[in-house]
Amino acid sequence: MSDDTTVTPEDVAVAEAAPAVHAIDPATDTVARTLASVEPRVGVSKPDTILVADGVQRRFGGMTAVDVEHLEVQRGAITALIGPNGAGKTTFFNLLTGFDKPNHGHWMFDGKPIAGMAAAKVAKSGMVRTFQLTKALSRLTVLDNMLLAARGNPGENLFGSLVKPLWARAERENTEKALEILARFKLDTKKDDFAGSLSGGQRKLLEMARALMTDPTMIMLDEPMAGVNPALVQSLLGHIQALRDEGMTVLFVEHDMHAVRHISDWVVVMAEGRVVAEGPPHSVMQDQAVVDAYLGAHHDTDLGDDALLDPAVLARLEAEEEKR
Amino acid sequence: MDELTRVLTQALAELIAPTTAAYALAAIGLNLHFGYTGLLNMGQAGFMLLGAYGFGIATIAGAPFWLAFLIAMAAGALFALILGLPTLTLRGDYLAIVTISAAEIIRMLGRSTVFQEWTGGASGLKGNQFKETFQALSPLPDGRMALGPLEYINTGSDSWWTRLFAWGLVLVAVLFVWLITRSPWGRVLRGIREDEDAVRALGKSVFSYKMQALVLGGVLGALAGLVFVLPRSIAPDGLGRTVTFFVWTVMLLGGAATLFGPVLGSMLFFAVYMLLRAGMRTGLEGVVSSTFVEQFGGLLVGVTLMILVIFRPQGILGNKRELAFNVR
Ligand SMILES: Nc1ncnc2c1ncn2[C@@H]1O[C@H](COP(=O)(O)OP(=O)(O)OP(=O)(O)O)[C@@H](O)[C@H]1O
Ligand SMILES: [Mg+2]
Repeated sequence: MSDDTTVTPEDVAVAEAAPAVHAIDPATDTVARTLASVEPRVGVSKPDTILVADGVQRRFGGMTAVDVEHLEVQRGAITALIGPNGAGKTTFFNLLTGFDKPNHGHWMFDGKPIAGMAAAKVAKSGMVRTFQLTKALSRLTVLDNMLLAARGNPGENLFGSLVKPLWARAERENTEKALEILARFKLDTKKDDFAGSLSGGQRKLLEMARALMTDPTMIMLDEPMAGVNPALVQSLLGHIQALRDEGMTVLFVEHDMHAVRHISDWVVVMAEGRVVAEGPPHSVMQDQAVVDAYLGAHHDTDLGDDALLDPAVLARLEAEEEKR
Repeated sequence: MDELTRVLTQALAELIAPTTAAYALAAIGLNLHFGYTGLLNMGQAGFMLLGAYGFGIATIAGAPFWLAFLIAMAAGALFALILGLPTLTLRGDYLAIVTISAAEIIRMLGRSTVFQEWTGGASGLKGNQFKETFQALSPLPDGRMALGPLEYINTGSDSWWTRLFAWGLVLVAVLFVWLITRSPWGRVLRGIREDEDAVRALGKSVFSYKMQALVLGGVLGALAGLVFVLPRSIAPDGLGRTVTFFVWTVMLLGGAATLFGPVLGSMLFFAVYMLLRAGMRTGLEGVVSSTFVEQFGGLLVGVTLMILVIFRPQGILGNKRELAFNVR
């Protein structure tokens, strides 16, 4: 959260004007169309799931950080995971990707049970995540960060590494691919710089680019837009949609409601560890449980409402809440 | 004037001394651990002692030279496996604690009377018990040879053959480390050094890579031990904590994560160390005792290490650019 930018209405106006992102239109968007027929109810089953989680619980001391009874994620869709600070989104990501162990629960990815699997194996099976607090490999160049992520390089085997001809070709091809991805993220001019010299936002971009280098089946992004400038956010959203259109499944955590509303096919809302609502973006943001989770009970405000970006309106809402 | 030449010659001799080569080898191993992978091995002397014992005991038991050589390597590898298995999944500091105590345990076991039959206890194994096979391997003719001001016998304990072999081994080690660290394999190691969770998230088995690095560095440490005892006896107290501390100084002086850093560091360290001690011994003759010189020399090493870490943490060959931004 440290490198979150505050979004002003002007930024949003810029974002709104950029053409890269096409707003979800159920008529043309097959995934959205499929999901439109799914009842927006917590734990609802989806027609083609890639991830199914059951009874996932994680407690820290007496506090239950995650308690997800049943959640299904549609294959080939962009699913947003939203919720207030401390809702347990990152912890849930950590559990799913093997970076943390649950107290209870199991989950299937692509038809295979992966609960309890080591993080590296989870990633190898195609579920690749990024971190909320970026993990750039500082004293490696940007290009090396990318090349490190490539799969199946024979030079990553100790014995293979001794014979350069064995891996020179893989390295060349990977470099080409890396430069192409870096160009998409406007990092190609930085390829020979140490990753540690990048700015906070650039590191976010690098981490996402690096994750893509692994050719994941499902990419899990923890606040990918935090700290990224609004114009770039716009093109990032376009890229994420392009990934989806190529068949990748995207699950992302984001606090920027406009990003969520624009690109997600489905939204899952967490609060205090539980999934409190899920559904298509427009309807879910009007859901009473969601508004309650974010703003306290008894507001008839839609979370997607631009008015919420206005500090004055927010202050008024908070004041009202306090009076209650 | 004569005295000055003598002091300088002594320092020059250190540049190519077998012990300098042994430290270079040990530092090359430690560099694989710390410089490239970020593993805190605080017990490199333990690996060296095991390598020395492995070689010495095998030779005494009748093994030919190269078999004893392999046994020394295997001892280092096994020690690395045993230390790595429980600790490499934990945070880095645990490896430091485990290696420092394990090295002490090896030394204590070497000293103890329980294994005296094989290790010779605290007095260790005498050189003439285990050096025959090595010296028999020498291709050099009998006699002595002088190279500039340096003169040694061709074959023997403190000989040209020992130097040739020791530095040959250093050369092979440098070549090997160059090959593996310039490769994608080396890149994974450096990635782990920076942030192992990030590497894990990309689907690499961090544990396996750390283990490979620990074993390879440990094997180099064991070979360093073998080289270390070629011109002397195998005494457990000769490979104690001080040696680990010197190896660290050597590596940091030359520059961690650089190819030639450990070699340069070792040569420079021992040449300067000798210059200081021989200089003091000659210049302050009668003023201070020779034990004082040794103690003061040791103190200077400590101060040098501190100054180095504070003012030039990247060492002599290290890349300044790498430290231009905050390293966590
Ligand atoms: N290692 C930990 N030890 C103890 N408590 C933890 C730990 N990790 C997370 N928590 C707690 O679990 C809860 C959920 O944290 P989590 O990081 O998952 O929230 P989040 O939904 O990602 O929030 P944000 O939007 O601020 O990133 C928080 O109350 C947090 O304090
Ligand atoms: Mg979080």
